[in-house]
Amino acid sequence: MNILLAILVLGSIAALFGALLGFASVRFKVDADPIVEQLDALLPQTQCGQCGYPGCKPYAQAVADGDAINKCAPGGEDTIKKIADLMGVEVQPLDENHVQGDAPKSNRPKVAFVIEEDCIGCTKCIQACPVDAIIGAAKQMHTIIIDECTGCDLCVAPCPVDCIEMRELPDTIHNWQWDLTSIPVKQLV
Amino acid sequence: MVESVIERITRGHFWDFHGGIHPPEQKTLTSTKPIKQLSLPKQLIIPLQQHIGREGDLLVSIGEHVLKGQALTLSSNPMVVPIHAPTSGKISAIKPSVIAHPSGLSQLCIFLDVDGEDTWRKKTVCPDLDQLSTHQIIEKIADAGISGMGGAGFPTHIKVNSKPDINFLIINGAECEPYITADDLLMMEQSDAIVDGIKILDKLLTPAFILIAIEDNKPKAIQALQQATEGIEKIKVCVVPTKYPTGGEKQLIQILTGQEVKSGRLPIHAGIVMQNVATCFAINEAVRHDTPLIRRVVTVTGQALSKPQNVWALLGTPVEFLLEQCGVQEIDNEKQPVIMGGPMMGFSVASELVPVVKTSNCILVPSKKEMPSAFEKESKEVECIRCGQCSDVCPSQLLPQELQWSAKAKDYQQLDKLNLSDCIDCGACAYVCPSQIPLVHYYRVAKAEIRQQQQLDIKAEKAKVRFEARKLRLEKEKVARQEKQKKAAAARKAAMNKSTPEATGAKSAVAAALARVKAKKAASQAGTTENRSDATENIKGKAKENAAEPVDDQKSQVAAAIARAKAKKKLKQEAINKVSSSNEVSVELEKLAPVAASIQSPADNKKEKIAAAIAKAKARKLKGATNPPVTNELPVAPAVVTTEELTDKVETERKVPEKVVKVDDKKAKVAAAIAKAKSKALAKKATQAASQPVHEPESIQNKVAVSKSVDNPIDVETSVLLPENEIQPEPAISKKEKIAAAIAKAKAKKKLKEGNNIDSKVTNNDKGNG
Repeated sequence: MNILLAILVLGSIAALFGALLGFASVRFKVDADPIVEQLDALLPQTQCGQCGYPGCKPYAQAVADGDAINKCAPGGEDTIKKIADLMGVEVQPLDENHVQGDAPKSNRPKVAFVIEEDCIGCTKCIQACPVDAIIGAAKQMHTIIIDECTGCDLCVAPCPVDCIEMRELPDTIHNWQWDLTSIPVKQLV
Repeated sequence: MVESVIERITRGHFWDFHGGIHPPEQKTLTSTKPIKQLSLPKQLIIPLQQHIGREGDLLVSIGEHVLKGQALTLSSNPMVVPIHAPTSGKISAIKPSVIAHPSGLSQLCIFLDVDGEDTWRKKTVCPDLDQLSTHQIIEKIADAGISGMGGAGFPTHIKVNSKPDINFLIINGAECEPYITADDLLMMEQSDAIVDGIKILDKLLTPAFILIAIEDNKPKAIQALQQATEGIEKIKVCVVPTKYPTGGEKQLIQILTGQEVKSGRLPIHAGIVMQNVATCFAINEAVRHDTPLIRRVVTVTGQALSKPQNVWALLGTPVEFLLEQCGVQEIDNEKQPVIMGGPMMGFSVASELVPVVKTSNCILVPSKKEMPSAFEKESKEVECIRCGQCSDVCPSQLLPQELQWSAKAKDYQQLDKLNLSDCIDCGACAYVCPSQIPLVHYYRVAKAEIRQQQQLDIKAEKAKVRFEARKLRLEKEKVARQEKQKKAAAARKAAMNKSTPEATGAKSAVAAALARVKAKKAASQAGTTENRSDATENIKGKAKENAAEPVDDQKSQVAAAIARAKAKKKLKQEAINKVSSSNEVSVELEKLAPVAASIQSPADNKKEKIAAAIAKAKARKLKGATNPPVTNELPVAPAVVTTEELTDKVETERKVPEKVVKVDDKKAKVAAAIAKAKSKALAKKATQAASQPVHEPESIQNKVAVSKSVDNPIDVETSVLLPENEIQPEPAISKKEKIAAAIAKAKAKKKLKEGNNIDSKVTNNDKGNG
């Protein structure tokens, strides 16, 4: 009799908690995978596709699904380190297979530049640009909106007349970085 | 609370801020001499941007003559402050030039050749201030191009256009940095004008009290201002103890009111506005005398000068000219450092042509004895000894040594935790550091990098938004396109189902085209069958040779190629003969069936397309090819392919003697299958060094495939059979196509040999079309 009672009590408690957990899992369901959002926030958002995925968000999804963390060339070592921290895996060196063109020799940001006299107005670069940073129309000269260009390089290859090149942004006092070795700034007195 | 503050101030009691230092003042070099009026320099270099914010739009062009006080740029944005011509003259150039910035970078400057006449533009002096509304006064300040003259250069018209409830307006005359006496002299000589400027600010801001803060090392200035403000209850002249950096905005607020402006907040949030004395003077000039900001007091000092003193310098005056006026014999940047700003926060100028701007208050030319550190090329920095003196003197109560470590390690998160953003770059920590660590420079580097990172983050966020928007747009466009296509297809169907004369015409055209294609196929079949015996012989011969001498493989292949070429020639001849004999018939046919003639052009189109495809394949191959010796390999490779092709063809024809006409439709598929099989065979061959035993099973396989597909004939519109003569021109065409296909195949083969994967797609397409 006592045993039966114990089973009954424990059984009812188990049923109660089961119902509670079941309700909670439905009521407080998390729709999106937050890790993807976090990964996406770490990526540089150049949308360059060098990782082999069509944009930063798809790569973030892929990393969340277990892809290698070292495929982001524009992000470089810093980004890999951050992703490794987030995912709790070892830091890996950048995968050279995912570096297109010249390896980034300098950290100087680059933007695309249309040599306007050579442009034939084919609109191919406009279709390639992931951030709509090129304006122009068919048979009209195209040009780059410098402030929107992420320097992803994707418009260079489709150009049939090779009139797009990547140029380093010039140094201005707005983006100038203090360089202790080259400038004789001194603390006086 | 405000009253208690005022009570304390009237008793002469002040609060204190944490830390601070007492460096040697060196102010007596210039403080005893009056402000000197200089002669006009020959040329002025006026940077377009002299303040925080953006540069204005140019109003003048090269060659234009401008009058003194004329605006050179236009303000199109609240953060834009215009600049004015400091004297009359002609604009000789507008080009980038080195500006007063530690980077030594160039910015757009207007070069003004001074004509020496100093002619003013028309001035509208306003005698009565009460006639002007607040808005008009602010407009006058904005148009006069006034920005803060204490150092940061914040646009003044924004600062004075503040919300009400201002408790204190603080006029900063502390001038705590060593050597500099520009504000001191201005207060001594222009105290009335400064007080008039303060009155204008009073009208604009209506503060509860106005506090003029002056350090106690400027007794003459204190006396002058006390006299000028006598009888005005609202204005208090506060004599604060001398300590560096008392002149810092947050530090001075703490001294006077005891309030600490919180991190990340502005003084305006605490009901306090601060203005420099020189700015007050400029406001008075602008509002009362219609004189824009075109000159300022600059302390030109240092023991390397024979006549150090304060001067009225026109904005844009090159440093070189000022030094000449103050008795420097020779300026050599390599040896003699020239510092713009004070010794604590200033920077070495990159060129003696650097112009004076709205924020330049001092040019310091020290002698070697006076300031040995300025002459050293290398830093004497040694390791930090954790003495903690830096945190004792930090006016912002930060931990300079920890900041230094984090800055060196580029740990920006930690720097943020340590409140690097509250560092005011005063340099007190570096001044006391026994290890001579240039602490401030590490902070400046870190601050610049953090700012850069923030800008990148903003840009990344923007790129993300744009990328998402683009994806959405493309998706929409795709859906719209599909719908459009569906509609178009439905419309086409409807049109076809209607029994209009056009529709029937189209139908008959299609039927005629089908017939033509069939006839063409049949003709080509006939052509090749004639050639069959030749071809088989060739192959047999080749096979024998291969069996006997595998080494001679190449030779036999070449021989086979020659044989094939001959056979083809023969075929061509025959075709041409037939064409000439059937000319009449075809002419007649064209007359009879204009529809059929119209089919001819699609056929031509097709040919063109094939040619284009071949050209494309070639181009691709050329791109892929890394080794140029084409001439050696080319004759060999085609030979291999052609023999093989021949075998296949012959075998196909043996199996399909009579049913040919019926299986036209199937034939295209057969051809595709053959092509596929061939490409497979080629692949195998390449790997197994072209040995005969391998080759034979392959051809058997081909045979099987072909015969299978042929054994299931489909009865396709046999009713449209045309007389054989009619399609005589076609074999020539189809032959050409075949040759082209063979070339393409050979190329594909070559590519394979080079170690690439076979481009089966190209081969298939060519074969299918042929």
